[in-house]
Amino acid sequence: METAIPHLVEPHPVTGIPNGKFGIWLFLASEVMLFGALFSSYVLIRVGAPHWPPEGGLSSEVLNVPLGTFNTAVLITSSITMVLAWASCKMGSLPKFKLWMAATVGLALVFLVVKYFEYSDKFHHGHFPSHDNFYGIYFVLTGLHGLHIVGGIVVNTYLLTFGSKLWNVDREWFTNRVENAGLYWHFVDLVWIFLFPSLYLL
Amino acid sequence: MAEHAQSENPEEFKKHLGRYYVVFVALLCLTAITVGVSYLKLNRPLAIAVALIIATVKAGMVAAVFMHLISEKKVIYAVLVLTALFFALVLLIPSFTAYEGHHIITGT
Amino acid sequence: MSDHAHAEHHEMPFWRKYIFSVDHKVIGIQYAVSALVFLLVGFSLMMIMRWQLAYPGQPLPILGKILGDTAMPGGVMAPEFYNQLGAMHGTIMVFMGVVPLAVGGFGNFVTPLQIGAPDMAFPRLNMISYWAFLPGGLIMLASFFVQGGAAQSGWTSYPPLSDIAPAGQTIWCFGMVLLITSSLLGSINFIVTIVQLRAKGLTYWRLPFFVHAQLVTAFLLLLAFPPLEAATVLQLMDRLAGTSFFLPSGLVVSGEQLKIAGGGNPLLWQHLFWFLAHPEVYVLILPAMGIVAEVIANNTRKPLWGYRLLVYSVVFVGFMSFVVWAHHMFMTGMGTTMSTFFQTTTMIISVPSVIILTCFIMSLYGGAIRFTTPMLFATAFLPMFAIGGLTGLPLGLTASDIYLHDTFYVIAHFHYVVAPGTLFALFAGIYYWYPKATGRKLNETLGKIHFWASFVAINFVFMPMFFQGMAGLSRRLYDPTIYAHGRGVQALNVVISWGAWGLGLAQLVFIVNFFLSLKSGARVAENPWNATTLEWATPSPPGHGNFLTEPVVYREPYEYSVPGKANDFSPQFSPEGDGPARPQPRGGA
Repeated sequence: METAIPHLVEPHPVTGIPNGKFGIWLFLASEVMLFGALFSSYVLIRVGAPHWPPEGGLSSEVLNVPLGTFNTAVLITSSITMVLAWASCKMGSLPKFKLWMAATVGLALVFLVVKYFEYSDKFHHGHFPSHDNFYGIYFVLTGLHGLHIVGGIVVNTYLLTFGSKLWNVDREWFTNRVENAGLYWHFVDLVWIFLFPSLYLL
Repeated sequence: MAEHAQSENPEEFKKHLGRYYVVFVALLCLTAITVGVSYLKLNRPLAIAVALIIATVKAGMVAAVFMHLISEKKVIYAVLVLTALFFALVLLIPSFTAYEGHHIITGT
Repeated sequence: MSDHAHAEHHEMPFWRKYIFSVDHKVIGIQYAVSALVFLLVGFSLMMIMRWQLAYPGQPLPILGKILGDTAMPGGVMAPEFYNQLGAMHGTIMVFMGVVPLAVGGFGNFVTPLQIGAPDMAFPRLNMISYWAFLPGGLIMLASFFVQGGAAQSGWTSYPPLSDIAPAGQTIWCFGMVLLITSSLLGSINFIVTIVQLRAKGLTYWRLPFFVHAQLVTAFLLLLAFPPLEAATVLQLMDRLAGTSFFLPSGLVVSGEQLKIAGGGNPLLWQHLFWFLAHPEVYVLILPAMGIVAEVIANNTRKPLWGYRLLVYSVVFVGFMSFVVWAHHMFMTGMGTTMSTFFQTTTMIISVPSVIILTCFIMSLYGGAIRFTTPMLFATAFLPMFAIGGLTGLPLGLTASDIYLHDTFYVIAHFHYVVAPGTLFALFAGIYYWYPKATGRKLNETLGKIHFWASFVAINFVFMPMFFQGMAGLSRRLYDPTIYAHGRGVQALNVVISWGAWGLGLAQLVFIVNFFLSLKSGARVAENPWNATTLEWATPSPPGHGNFLTEPVVYREPYEYSVPGKANDFSPQFSPEGDGPARPQPRGGA
């Protein structure tokens, strides 16, 4: 039914990569520009403010640093489980892949649960995005990052369940898909690596 | 079309797994360091510099090892160089407004 | 690509084949037709608006009664409605008209054919792009019917005005998020397709110029659009969650201080907006240049003059377009250092644009020109784009910009680039590729009437605006006659308005031609224009999978009138380079 597209699985002779991997990297390039623009906005608003946070005090006193640190560790761990999931595919073991991928999804859920407690604590104290630009920036950046986590969970869960049927049809194709999902997931981790110190610690 | 997924020897491949664990431990250590440094209450410019340098090192390790950028194809490098260029440009936006505006107000 | 795929394609249900199609040709046509409809809507808004400018305060005949009392109390246009028309005209024309037609329409339909690919690299993603674009466009239009009407803060939506505007602005933001997402997904698809799916033998230096233009355009979309997406998200937060990213402290509206946290920066929006919107100008013009190149080479029957120079220029323009954005903001008090920097980059970017135009003009020299309808539009593009481009120079210089900024001179300048420039090139493309898409030619006589009527009318619309602008008339004025200097040039407004309505009439000829030729246009074979590029190796219209046999490329794209050959065109796909050789269908189908 679908037309056969060249280089769906086998790498292009000149670029050396299949279409999907090139596509995901281009997507990440646009994501870099998206988060870059938001980060830039954060810097601009922050240097324009007499105090940061505007209410006084320090970011590390307003936000929960232990929870943030814990979440950073969770995301880093989920990155390595993602790599190991891909490596299991490379080494030809679907059960191992499922194990590591389930761990990745689980850790992502842990991240979201912790984030939920952080958010609800802020809301409980009446600190909504409208409170001041510190909270505005905090909620926009972490909220958008959280949406990316949700997106990753959806993709990874698909690969873990229905998507893994592809393994029996074309192992290389499936391995490529896991690799692409992994690239995205590491990028989400990478964004958090910058967000955590700039929002919580500085 | 399929079946050369295992073209690389799985045993050969296993040897590379070690570096993923090394990076993982390094990332956790750097996270601890960056949080620890924040309790030292360094002055603002120094604190920013230290935190961002550590973050960049961590991001570099994730990109280089987890995302395999250390041995990637040329076309991806090309896209990323281009992106880095425009990313730098977008980060310059604050200096185009805040600082110039500041100059006008203070008359320098 | 196989016969197998071809056979199954006929069994696809209607909705898979024409509505949620994954075929790049169907999607291209969907984009093109939707964009043409949006262009008509956007143009109609302007034709309504021109009544108020020509005859300020007078009741609009007929339409005044239909549009109702909120928009037209007593048949006279309300100022708020005037602002909605202006803002939505700009938004529709740029984001829902020209870009989807140039990139979504022509890019989708022509690019895979010209590079010899069976489809785009990600057909399903392509379908998703279209189905993000169409709802985005439709909710934009629907915003006219919400409380307070559509967005009315100009197409640039500058805060704080846009932050405190009625609900239509929120819908504008949601619409933009969808349109931006659509463009981003599309640009990824284009880049991967062009890099990965080129036919055997089709090196970068053998690519048609149109494909080079699309590739650069895709990179502009990919890297420039995300900052606007970020800005739109921030504006949505300002409007819905009560943040103050763009609202400064102590903002007073209608004599009352707003109850906001404050501390935001309205200039932030302008930077993020123009970081996209200046590259966006080149997103509009580069595909248009690509089309003009194809049409000129084909109708002069000689190779493009300076093909490599054209490619280098288009890449350089792409780069430079990222570092000129703040020339839209000279009046914001950036300081002289920044102004000088952006003034310099702006002068630099005009150099490759002039090189491109010069190459096109040199291509005409010594050619045996066939003045077909596409060629008429492509030829008219040259002086029109030149006027638009050259009148931009005084705006790029800070000293003269202080006087000309936000006057009708600016309107005239960019409309010459986009309307008789880009849109004429897009019309050239429609007349040129219509036979490939439908298997029939558009009627030449009606086409020529369409061209000459449009060409004359459009100059009556935009030329007088230069004079109004130099007389100091500001843009976005509801009633220009409230100022003495506006009354001095008011007579020109009558000329412009009648020009615009005449232009509208001329488009009726095109609409009639478009539908008439679908039914009764002259049938064509594979290569009706005796052209050289790969899309002409396919049947008209091409079936699912495009090429009957895998195409192989043997030569450069524009080998016309090669000495010693029997025919005056040597197609890229012909091994001997001698005339209309075409790949033989397998099994004699």
